[in-house]
Amino acid sequence: MYNFKNLYEPTSVLEALKLRKEHPEALVLAGGSDILIKIREGKLAGCDLISIYALDELRGICLEDDGSLLIRPLASFTDVTMHPLIKKYIPVLGEAVEQIGGPQIRNIGTIGGNICNGVTSADSAATFKAYDAVLEIASLDGTRILPYAEFNIKPGLVDLQPGEILTGIRIPQTSWENTYGCFIKYAMRRAMDIATLSCSANVRLTKDKKKIERLRIAYSVAAPTPIRSHTAEKSANDHVINEELLNKVAEGALADVMPRTSWRASKEFRLHLVEELSRRATRKAIERAGGKING
Amino acid sequence: MASRTVTCTINGSKKEYVIDVRSSLSDMLRGKGGLDSVKHGCDVGECGACTVLIDGQPFNSCIYLAVWAEGKTILTLEGLSDKKGTISDIQQAFIDEGAVQCGFCTPGFIMASIPIITKEEPASRDEIRKQVAGNLCRCTGYDKIINAIEKTQHKRIEEKMAK
Ligand code: FES
Ligand code: FES
Repeated sequence: MYNFKNLYEPTSVLEALKLRKEHPEALVLAGGSDILIKIREGKLAGCDLISIYALDELRGICLEDDGSLLIRPLASFTDVTMHPLIKKYIPVLGEAVEQIGGPQIRNIGTIGGNICNGVTSADSAATFKAYDAVLEIASLDGTRILPYAEFNIKPGLVDLQPGEILTGIRIPQTSWENTYGCFIKYAMRRAMDIATLSCSANVRLTKDKKKIERLRIAYSVAAPTPIRSHTAEKSANDHVINEELLNKVAEGALADVMPRTSWRASKEFRLHLVEELSRRATRKAIERAGGKING
Repeated sequence: MASRTVTCTINGSKKEYVIDVRSSLSDMLRGKGGLDSVKHGCDVGECGACTVLIDGQPFNSCIYLAVWAEGKTILTLEGLSDKKGTISDIQQAFIDEGAVQCGFCTPGFIMASIPIITKEEPASRDEIRKQVAGNLCRCTGYDKIINAIEKTQHKRIEEKMAK
């Protein structure tokens, strides 16, 4: 038996929004792989819950008329990994969330929950940052659009106001079109583990595949919240593809990240990972795009 | 405390239970259904001992609200044996391969392995490991468990080919 107080079970998004307004202190429960565990641990004991898990209108993945890829927040990690649109347009996202937990966790855990709990280690976060995702956030007053870049306020806190619910995550066409990505998670175990650090990079090459037209690169656990490295991106854009480029990306990344020491790893080790994973992820993304280092 | 009626299909038969809304699915399956193969292990989604299939996919029933089971089709280990109580090939393979010691983890491993043994194409040992990566065993050292799953999937594929 879980130790929570009231369970509200809306049957539509509208009803969920009304409940959010009436009970601002209640937590939104999606798949529960975070909240239910915290209740068991006693950290959230006695809380009120609004379960949105049964709202199928918040499930699914589709391509919108404007070319953006729309992922509804209750899509499970398994849904994301298996979905043909994800495989086709942004396979790196599927690869990232396939490394979460084990099969059971990937079946229950939702993509929306992963970014809404606001932790820096969220496995989908680096990729969403690196693809400049845009969030759809609904309340009774309407829907607002928020760049994911502005969503994380501090560890565990995101820009979701009382009365609001995340209803969609969009990857704009300008983000996925003609881009190739790579995600690398560094963890102590191959399954059921939280990232020590992870890096998601994606590139668009010039037509002759000799230069980087655009690089985007972001990290989990490299700062208090998931972080994108604009310095690394700037030094890579328009750069010829060679080893020097990889060094510049790594240097640029080091200028932007702010990892700390935790029981999982020291700050120094994390900085080393930032450097190394930046190189590896960029290299792999370039190769996937058909480019050759020093070619 | 608030209670609710949950209607779902468990091991092939329709069930209706009145439950406390604070119950997990594992609470409901054990407490109301008497299905003791569903273990209370860690109760926080780490060990897989409570694994059941919901609409054909493995879930940790300890971190699944019982109210979410409304309208779902659930399969537990008890549902694998036939009407006479004869155990299934995968259970027999666990016995034959020595994949059971204390047995606490066994129902969870078997349920987690179902998606792989019902597939058309054979899975590699690495793929099998990935499929049961959410299950812990403190006794066997895993190899024998992988052997039992591998053996069963080969047997099933061969049987299909023979037909
Ligand atoms: S008892 Fe459910 S995962 Fe351990
Ligand atoms: S047989 Fe004892 S835990 Fe697996």
